[in-house]
Amino acid sequence: MNPLHVDLGVTGSVLDVVRAPAGVLSTPSPPVDPTAPEVVQLAADLVATMRVSPGCVGLAAPQVGVAAQVFCVDVSAHPKTRTSHGTFVLCNAEVVEASRNERAREGCMSVPDLTGDVKRATRLVVRGRVPLTGAEVTVTTDAFEARALQHEIDHCAGLLFLDRVAGAHALHQRQTYL
Amino acid sequence: MTSLAITVLGHDRPGIIAETTARLADLGLNLEDSSMTRLRGHFAMTLVCAGPAEPSDVEAALSGLTSDGTLSISVLAVPEEPAVASTGTPWLLTVHGADRPGIVSSVVAEVAAVGGNITDLTTRLTGDLYVLVAELDLPSDVDVAALDAAIDDVAARLGVGATLRRAEADDL
Repeated sequence: MNPLHVDLGVTGSVLDVVRAPAGVLSTPSPPVDPTAPEVVQLAADLVATMRVSPGCVGLAAPQVGVAAQVFCVDVSAHPKTRTSHGTFVLCNAEVVEASRNERAREGCMSVPDLTGDVKRATRLVVRGRVPLTGAEVTVTTDAFEARALQHEIDHCAGLLFLDRVAGAHALHQRQTYL
Repeated sequence: MTSLAITVLGHDRPGIIAETTARLADLGLNLEDSSMTRLRGHFAMTLVCAGPAEPSDVEAALSGLTSDGTLSISVLAVPEEPAVASTGTPWLLTVHGADRPGIVSSVVAEVAAVGGNITDLTTRLTGDLYVLVAELDLPSDVDVAALDAAIDDVAARLGVGATLRRAEADDL
């Protein structure tokens, strides 16, 4: 079995998603002990909250008001995805290698009214730890999953996509259509 | 040579750009640099044109657009600005946080204090979130780390976050 995918053994609760300008979103989060029961519960809660949020492909702990380097990702249903590792959670993740930058427009549940053009690597290697087992894993990915991982790692560092928009005219009001 | 700076501001509706630009074209004006957007729902157009028309001719040609009272238009003759190559370096500044008076003035004062020139700036207020993104030219002798620290200091006092990054251009 891939060490990236573990049965957390707990039921996740759906948590409220906090929005900017909440301070927790702009503050670097501390690393966690991935084997700690509260981190395992947080991991399950993040997945549960992601699952019920339409269009959500990733969620980081600061987005549910918790300062912790934990996030979940699942880009498997997104049309821009090439490589997908399904649903997984990483703790204390860091970018090991990043290359082939491309600019694309991205949004965030914590900044629901704006989108921004952000340049991100499309080839990415990320290292982190899996909740419950604490196993160290290396994820090599590309395209949309690479973008999602960088977006979530940024959350854990207290950065929003707003901090990376590509220019004064790279920020856009999200249009709503009835 | 003189150019014309034209602003069109007011209630947004379909056709403002089409009508304005058609009348400018009828006068033989060449539409050069422009910005056309909506600011908190208001239509806001600023453009610089070149051509043989006088400001009064343009005002007369555009008067039909203002007849219902929802748009205001100004036309101003402006001297042509020579293109100046910057000797500095390009930077991007992002500031975001809870809205309050004075965010822009406090932060840009730090940029001005080191002789930095803001070449483009947009702000957005959405709910309680205020976002500023500015493109800067910084003189080559500016201590960027010190400026970054000064901006961080001001931002902390305002309770907002600031990020200063080198602007990247990928030449292909």
